[in-house]
Amino acid sequence: MAYNASSDVRGGRTAARERLSGANAVAGFDVASLLDVAPYSLDHVTKSALFAEAMNALTRHHFSHCPQYRSMLEFLGISLDTHHVLADLPPLPVRLFKEFELLSCPRKDVIKTLTSSGTSGQQVSRIYLDRTNAGLQTRVLARIVASITGGARLPMLIVDSPAVVRDRQLFSARGAGILGFAMLGTDVTYALDEQMRLDHAAIAAFCESHADGPVLLFGFTAIVWQHLYKVLRDKGEKLPLRDASLLHGGGWKKLASQAVDPVTFDGRLRETCGVARAINYYGMVEQTGSIFLACSEGHLHCSNFSDIIVRRSDFSIADIGESGTLQLMSLLPTSYPGHNLLSEDEATLLGEDDCRCGRKGRYFHVAGRISQAEIRGCSDTYRAA
Amino acid sequence: MVDVMTFAFWIRPANLERLRRAFAECDERLGLGVLLHITPSNVPVNFAFSYVFGLLAGNANMVRVPSRTWPQITAISSTMSRVFESGDHEQVRRRTAILRYPRNDKITADLSAQCSGRVVWGGDSTIADIRRLPLPPRAVELVFADRYSLCVLGASAMTSLPDKVMHQLARRFYNDTYLVDQNACSSPHLVFWNHVPDEETEARFWNAVERVVRDNYALEPIKQVDKYTRLLRDAVELDGNAALCARHQEYLYRVRLKALPNDMEALRGRYGYFYEYHSEHLDDLAPVVTSRYQTLTYFGVSPESLRDLVIGNRLSGIDRIVPVGRALDLDVTWDGYDIIRSLSRFISVSGSDS
Repeated sequence: MAYNASSDVRGGRTAARERLSGANAVAGFDVASLLDVAPYSLDHVTKSALFAEAMNALTRHHFSHCPQYRSMLEFLGISLDTHHVLADLPPLPVRLFKEFELLSCPRKDVIKTLTSSGTSGQQVSRIYLDRTNAGLQTRVLARIVASITGGARLPMLIVDSPAVVRDRQLFSARGAGILGFAMLGTDVTYALDEQMRLDHAAIAAFCESHADGPVLLFGFTAIVWQHLYKVLRDKGEKLPLRDASLLHGGGWKKLASQAVDPVTFDGRLRETCGVARAINYYGMVEQTGSIFLACSEGHLHCSNFSDIIVRRSDFSIADIGESGTLQLMSLLPTSYPGHNLLSEDEATLLGEDDCRCGRKGRYFHVAGRISQAEIRGCSDTYRAA
Repeated sequence: MVDVMTFAFWIRPANLERLRRAFAECDERLGLGVLLHITPSNVPVNFAFSYVFGLLAGNANMVRVPSRTWPQITAISSTMSRVFESGDHEQVRRRTAILRYPRNDKITADLSAQCSGRVVWGGDSTIADIRRLPLPPRAVELVFADRYSLCVLGASAMTSLPDKVMHQLARRFYNDTYLVDQNACSSPHLVFWNHVPDEETEARFWNAVERVVRDNYALEPIKQVDKYTRLLRDAVELDGNAALCARHQEYLYRVRLKALPNDMEALRGRYGYFYEYHSEHLDDLAPVVTSRYQTLTYFGVSPESLRDLVIGNRLSGIDRIVPVGRALDLDVTWDGYDIIRSLSRFISVSGSDS
């Protein structure tokens, strides 16, 4: 098989077993106990043992509960009778969530479906959540965000339109992101109206109540820039906030085309919106909850709930500093087989346990989508040309 | 630019002379008039072949090239301009227009309304788009739609093949497939072993291909993700009818089919992804071949037996049987059409009886 094994550290396995031996959840390991420890606390030895254990358990869980996933593993010749080294467990390409209805729970238990358009056009990914999985996402997200807010629920200004979250059964990735984060705030206020224009009255009321205290702003990077910063700049206005943190994600692609880099972004948001700290996050709808936050060094960090592997084109494991295709692992997904994914993003592993910010775990950089291949051959001559 | 060299080699005087002799009877023929060619966006030299086919059939040619500025197109068209500037080929120059314009139905409709023949290089969707634009009543249309191709390997001929010959065969197989990411209509997706090969022979062949791939092919991340996604999709969709044979460290995927499905032509591997089938009987192919099937490449099987397979079973598809290595060799006979005759008219002259 092609997943070239890394030398997995087995040393910390007993400790990990103990950690996992609490009351168990769905897949045969206990993720809940991790909620009690600081989210960036596990070092390589402990974490790799924990992940090997947990990913094997999750793989068995989805194998037993999702028929398509079972077919895939059987086709690849993966036997679940033996314990696999972490890097040998096959990731699922994210595109498959667009092509198949992948569930590991009874259809009737699905309480929420997340959708995302993703990379290849019209087809949408569908992520099915049952109550347990949805609840876990919320708790883990809260735990990770608490690492920047200190744990207190802060007044929250969402830089988006409430129109995005109207349908409560079927969420777009954007809507799901907003609702997920909104649960972590108090006095949740939408800064934009239905037409994506600044809602001056709402913003004024929010700022009046919370001008001095710490507040949290949340939004998608491109929307914050386009619909908040640029509009304020053009009017010569500023938000009268003194202690705001901005949590933003969704990628830099749109801003890069306007030559806006993270440093520029942070600087402008500080001047115009009183954002003392802008924190970028990376995440995918297929692994909602276990998001990756950027630290003060600008590095994206795996929390205790997630891990990554960067792979070369032949799927061997890339060295630190070498770019490749990003594989993402999350301890959360139980109602759909999204615990081990092959993304279509290009990333570079920067290091593990030794970031200057002090967080344990792997840290990395995402460059964007893996570049489109030059498609050779003889089809679609007129439409494409 | 290997493809430009291939074209240059094809239009060398000796080859054109060979064609002239082969079509000697065509002295009784004239071109249709003005042809409009719609050429593919992703095979840059195709426009040049299409143009020469039109010219050899005796026509004036308007050739729409893709909007994308391929270096191959620039190289060929600037060479053409230089040759025309010499003034020695005025007749040909006046019958030549290489056009580049963005997709625009109005322009294509205007050009279509004036031509005596239209040549459309496919993609079924392109053909559907262009067909909406009417032609004059007498005009003919030649379309090259999406096709499906396969390879037949004779197992017994391959047993004990010397290493050098095996390597050559692998190299040719590579040229038919990886060179165009298996995206060309004539690139094989299915490898049909006639007679069940022994394990060693089969492994020797594929390992030889893998070596050529390692030395020559750029395994790009997006291609690899695409290929791996296809593999897992097949795991679900071919449930029970397929087994994964090998992944060759990701350089080459092989999926063995237990039976040839009726919609075999839907199984299109790309970037080095092959479906294999073992059979004692060539005729096993007959039930699955549809009009979509175009090229059959072969090694170690007699072309006569393959001809008999197609004609004896009156198959609706497979119109090209060539040795492994020649899948991509575009020629004046293509997709079952005799292009020269299709793009010209025959003047029948009967003597008087008295």
